Amino acid sequence: MKKKVLTVDDSRTIRNMLLVTLNNAGFETIQAEDGIEGLEVLEGCNPDVIVTDINMPRLDGFGFIEGVRRNEKYRAVPILVLTTESDAEKKNRARQAGATGWIVKPFDPAKLIDAIERVTA
Amino acid sequence: MDMNEIKEIFFQECEEQLAELESGLLKLNDGDRDPETVNAVFRAVHSIKGGAGAFGLDDLVAFAHVFETTLDCVRSNKLEPNHDVLKVMLKSADVLADLVSASRDGGSVDESRTRGLVKELEALAKGELPAGGHDAPKAAPAAPAPKAETPAPTDDSGFQPIPFTFEGFGDDEEPAIEGATYEITFKPRRELYAKGNEAALLLRDLSRLGEMSINCDMDALPALDKMDPEASYFAWKISLKTTKSEDDIRAVFEFAEWDCELEVKVAEENTSDEELPMTPVPFDLSILDDSAAPAEEEKAAAPAEDPAANAVAAAETATGVAKAVARAAEKKEAAAPATPAAAAAAAPQTIRVDLDRVDRLINLVGELVINQAMLSQSVIENDNTGTSSINMGLEELQQLTREIQDSVMAIRAQPVKPVFQRMSRIVREVADMVGKQIRLVTEGENTEVDKTVIDKLAEPLTHMIRNAVDHGIESPEKRETAGKNPEGTIKLSAKHRSGRILIELQDDGAGINRERVRQKAIDNDLIAADANLSDDEIDNLIFMPGFSTADKISDISGRGVGMDVVKRSIQALGGRISISSRPGFGSTFTMSLPLTLAVLDGMVVTVAGQTLVVPLTAIVETLQPEASAIHSFGATQRLISIRNSFCPLVDVGRVLNYRATQANPVEGVALLVESEGGGQRALMVDAIQGQRQVVIKSLEANYTNVPGIAAATILGDGRVALILDVDAVVAASRGQSLKPEMSFAATG
Repeated sequence: MKKKVLTVDDSRTIRNMLLVTLNNAGFETIQAEDGIEGLEVLEGCNPDVIVTDINMPRLDGFGFIEGVRRNEKYRAVPILVLTTESDAEKKNRARQAGATGWIVKPFDPAKLIDAIERVTA
Repeated sequence: MDMNEIKEIFFQECEEQLAELESGLLKLNDGDRDPETVNAVFRAVHSIKGGAGAFGLDDLVAFAHVFETTLDCVRSNKLEPNHDVLKVMLKSADVLADLVSASRDGGSVDESRTRGLVKELEALAKGELPAGGHDAPKAAPAAPAPKAETPAPTDDSGFQPIPFTFEGFGDDEEPAIEGATYEITFKPRRELYAKGNEAALLLRDLSRLGEMSINCDMDALPALDKMDPEASYFAWKISLKTTKSEDDIRAVFEFAEWDCELEVKVAEENTSDEELPMTPVPFDLSILDDSAAPAEEEKAAAPAEDPAANAVAAAETATGVAKAVARAAEKKEAAAPATPAAAAAAAPQTIRVDLDRVDRLINLVGELVINQAMLSQSVIENDNTGTSSINMGLEELQQLTREIQDSVMAIRAQPVKPVFQRMSRIVREVADMVGKQIRLVTEGENTEVDKTVIDKLAEPLTHMIRNAVDHGIESPEKRETAGKNPEGTIKLSAKHRSGRILIELQDDGAGINRERVRQKAIDNDLIAADANLSDDEIDNLIFMPGFSTADKISDISGRGVGMDVVKRSIQALGGRISISSRPGFGSTFTMSLPLTLAVLDGMVVTVAGQTLVVPLTAIVETLQPEASAIHSFGATQRLISIRNSFCPLVDVGRVLNYRATQANPVEGVALLVESEGGGQRALMVDAIQGQRQVVIKSLEANYTNVPGIAAATILGDGRVALILDVDAVVAASRGQSLKPEMSFAATG
């Protein structure tokens, strides 16, 4: 069965890249544009892994991660954070919010798939 | 979709982000201190940087990074976004825009300008930071090598390791390895599981590094009835023979390093797992496999007798419990019918459509309108009763056609915001060049108008803005002498008014210097030396071809293009432009443009046997003149008195040269029109046929520009009718000829 990935990113460019990369790697991809939409979509899609950006309008990545972790149904889903730099402070906050791991941009398909493989069975 | 398409998307997105960036900065400049505004600005730059990084656009990334760092200082309240700071930021936004264009079109950017701004931005970022604070980071540092917290040895009490074997990982088996053997102690804390990490997965990844044996320490495991399903009770002792380095091993735990105790050390010779007798427990891979979920749940629920089985069950409980919870919930969820609806509600609210498709649709709808009109006409000709069901159906068809047309037009409607935003950059740059302080205020930027109109508006507007900055606003010194704020203001506003869009460009400069304009016009032979012109007429001289007020041509506004070109491009859009000016207080240019270039509500009239269409927007009212209301004025002029005021009467047939002498007004109909100059005129036509929406067919594109005629259309009966250019006709009646070359000389 195809693994399902929920991606949350406000950048259309990154969304498209995620979509192409994940589809090529044989994942089923569901996309949301910000944290609020991410939480809405989450309810219906039951993803195996979530990939989220941090800087987003309405609800940022930290808030989104906290939201997922508070959700009884989905709190155990691995969440990977897309960060632009390996900014220690941001990484720290992401972990505190409940992130499972992170992927450092610039966007690299191999790194993304590798990270997803690492946190999913 | 391939990378090139995504890159195209990236550049589109950049445009949007740049607009967002600029409008946010301008808001900050106006004193807006909403954190969300700062966030939006930050995000815009951040987004551009993120995408640029993915495409290896290093120059763009480098600049965006410095910019972002400084913006981050604003975001974290380390830097107050005052006017000086924002000046640098607005310039940086311009440079960023240039870099984006250069990345897309391969042009070059002014590198010294970029470097200068990088320095300024870095200085800003530094300046407000505490002494000895962090420099603006030059580039993203490489991911720091993961450092585990100092792990505490966990096995101080009786340790009962249970070795795991990784059956089923045959694919990853490596041949006998030369290299070191590491002893790894790994004790997850409950947070590790709470964050979605999995001890079993980490061990799996570890096993891929080399030859591994695992012992599980289950000492902490309480009795089943006392067990907290979400606690972490296990620790693992791993012996790993690998050629990889310690850092590689730690990298496996990169995501989990903070939520576990981890110790990695090179094993002493032969200290492996022989100290205690151990029962190997096969590591059941099914817990890594979702399809095995039901079995797992069963097992977890079953009371375990034998210690080995107990261990497996417990391990699963600890590591898999959260998953199991999720799965159970998922099953319930699957039964709920609301699920697809929720997903559908989250679907994007906008789609992107190729403009060509919209244009094709608009053309087709245009044809549909004509076709429907023709159909109606022929039905009416064949059936005068007007009661048949065909007639009623046709009426409905007409209504539907109209609605389709409106809807299609709405697709093309866009806010004028992007164009207005471009203007603010022009104001900044030109003001910098000429050493003036100018603030651009925009109003009604969300006013929507057809995209073609917007596209064609940019050029004349740019020219007018340059003019206003260069000629309109005075230098700060002059302004102060005149008792004005040294900072000049240019106001650009848009609003809808009676089916048209009205764009006003207002400056608070010196206004038109009428003496000079007049002199210039005389020098350039545009008017006779003794011409008697009203202030208004003098002001409008600047729209004359061959007129330029700048004493010497500057490279800002004097590019050999005058206001006449502006006027012509506005007119080509079916628009009108006028100026009003108060010496010492500034000038206002008013442009009135149609909302769309595709259709027009018109009044179909007959003049000297010809069918003409008069744009409905121009008509104030229609009336049947009585003989007593007509007054002669001079040799040829006639006035009509309407409610105690006099209004010049213009015979359309005469102006267009359809007939040699004026028709008798009493036999015709007068259309009271308002022209952009503000004055009213009564246009005389022979008869009114009716009102109709007509599809505009450009005359210029198919024939040539005809003075007095704006465009043509096809009527329901298939005949071509000309659309009257009301302003040109009114202007002609003022004594200006329709032929531009004769121009004002006639008034002298």
